[in-house]
Amino acid sequence: MSSLSATDGLIVTRAVDAGSYRDARHDRWFRRAMLLCALLVLAALIGAAGATLWGGHQALSTFGWHFFTSTTWDVNAGQFGALVPIIGTLATALIAIVIAVPVSFGIAIFLTDVAPQWMRGPVGTAIELLAGIPSIIYGMWGFFVFVPIMSETVQPWLINHLGDGTNDAGNPTGLGLALFSGAPIGVGVLTAGIVLSIMILPFISSVMREVFLTVPSRLKESAYALGSTRWEVLWDIVLPYTRTAVIGGIFLGLGRALGETMAVTFVIGNSHDFSTSLVMPGTSIAATIANEFNEASSDLHRSALIALAFVLFVVTFIVLAIAKLMLRRLARREGNG
Amino acid sequence: MTISIKHRLIAVGLAAGLSFGSAHATNITGAGSSFVYPVLSKWAAAYHDKTSNQVNYQSIGSGGGIAQIKASTVDFGASDAPLKAEDLKQFGLGQFPVVIGGIVPVIHVGNIMPGQLKLTGKVLADIYLGNIKTWNDPAIAQLNPGVTLPSSKITVVHRADGSGTSFNFTNYLSKVNADWKTKLGFGTTVAWPTGIGGKGNEGVSAFVRQASNSIGYVEYAYALQNHMAYALVQNAAGRYVAPDSNSFAAAAATADWKSAKDFNLIMTNAPGPDAWPITATTWAIMYKRPKNAANAKTAFDFFKWSFEQGQEQAKSLDYVPLPPPLVAQIEAYWKSDFRN
Repeated sequence: MSSLSATDGLIVTRAVDAGSYRDARHDRWFRRAMLLCALLVLAALIGAAGATLWGGHQALSTFGWHFFTSTTWDVNAGQFGALVPIIGTLATALIAIVIAVPVSFGIAIFLTDVAPQWMRGPVGTAIELLAGIPSIIYGMWGFFVFVPIMSETVQPWLINHLGDGTNDAGNPTGLGLALFSGAPIGVGVLTAGIVLSIMILPFISSVMREVFLTVPSRLKESAYALGSTRWEVLWDIVLPYTRTAVIGGIFLGLGRALGETMAVTFVIGNSHDFSTSLVMPGTSIAATIANEFNEASSDLHRSALIALAFVLFVVTFIVLAIAKLMLRRLARREGNG
Repeated sequence: MTISIKHRLIAVGLAAGLSFGSAHATNITGAGSSFVYPVLSKWAAAYHDKTSNQVNYQSIGSGGGIAQIKASTVDFGASDAPLKAEDLKQFGLGQFPVVIGGIVPVIHVGNIMPGQLKLTGKVLADIYLGNIKTWNDPAIAQLNPGVTLPSSKITVVHRADGSGTSFNFTNYLSKVNADWKTKLGFGTTVAWPTGIGGKGNEGVSAFVRQASNSIGYVEYAYALQNHMAYALVQNAAGRYVAPDSNSFAAAAATADWKSAKDFNLIMTNAPGPDAWPITATTWAIMYKRPKNAANAKTAFDFFKWSFEQGQEQAKSLDYVPLPPPLVAQIEAYWKSDFRN
């Protein structure tokens, strides 16, 4: 009887041992699988960057630094300079951010603090739906609805009041700013920037809304109890509490604005002419690639377009690096303070 | 006329013989120009009904079509620009025109009706160069007595993407304007000195319809389907003819195909008195010694059938079928230059 029970115990111990070994093995495999997933992303990133660099090396080695500083993009003469698309990309993204961030902030605050309870759900869902609309729809809307508004109302006003507009007698009516001079064609860098801002609004505002909701209500209530106004609560309590996530949301939107192709192609005017004016047509990196890749028959032209893709990689990387740096500096300041 | 009837009879006989001769259907693939895509797909569908042979055509652009045929991944390529003699020789390729189309300048200026505004090629080029900036410029006014022209700035619209339409349009401008030739030359895209770029024919026509005081250029079918005002362009004989299938056919008929080796001839500024000056064609490109002889044979049969039986389909899409003498020349070229 006793020997039997002893054997029983032995079996149980062995079973436990085998189980824990198995668990440990599974754990190891799990860790490896997760590592593989992470490495896959890294490999895809490095691979894509490497491939665009390799594909573009012919253009980069032919033109050197000139590729980044020249405004000439002449396919027939085989001269390629990327300055106009680079500026177009940065300018449209900047305009988009300048418009989208304050508006998103307003939307998020409205939805978390101001709006009546019954309104929060539907409006929040509507904004998230905006994020799901394909960019081609924004492009068509921009082209057919927004461009006429720009050419008939917005651009004439800008040109007449800020740019080089003249009255019937030929006397200048505006401030003569080069940034707003030109003809009211409707399309242009400013138009593209505004359409982009609408596209990235839902990304930024839904992130802001989510994180504003995470602010503990006792923090806010304490501030209110101390006599803070609504604005003071937002600026001094909510925003510092959620800063990291808010900046993350802004850069998510910026990333989308930098790489957006279809909508920009529709409304930017696709011109490689160098212009200092926001109302004049320009082009962006992604729009140039989308327009020209199909019919790029010379090797140098194709290489120049792939080099442009590499530039977009680098630009996006720099922007994200700046974001990380900003966050780190903020964190450090907070620690010191 | 008799030639063409005789041709058709022979063709019907050949087609019947071939379709009875081949026991099972073959699949052939082509790739390239988007200009010919509508007519090629219509032909392919009708040809499939007749012979059960399948023709798959991918509209990936001329550049892509040339790359694919050079890599022999397709049975034929299609390009809006002819390949140079050295390229053809190096890769052992041959090329022949497939169908004809016209390119027309479209305008949106006040109440000017289709065909009311007249331009010479030189003036058209000067507008696209940015030398002529307003509609009431003396150069335009002089050509159009009696037409009320506004003093507004001209909004120039061109293609943003590389295209055969731009290739033929700029080729024409470089033939009629020395300044254009030295500064910009011609190609599927050029370094446009002014204006805004629309993507595709639809992009250009949408811009022109939307922006007042604008000018653009599109394939004839787009101008027709969108009821756009077009400008007449003076042809090489000094006349203003209306853009339609007759004037496109006249351009194709008067172009000097006979002395063009491998049909390497761009039809713009054709000499005939009734020719539309900006007429274009697309070339099919095939191997002279194809690796897959059976597929090449089907491809020739398809083109032969299309040239001889597919004229109505082409016309219904506002393309112009090749004139019979040109078809005869192409068929002679197949016999002399291609194995089969």
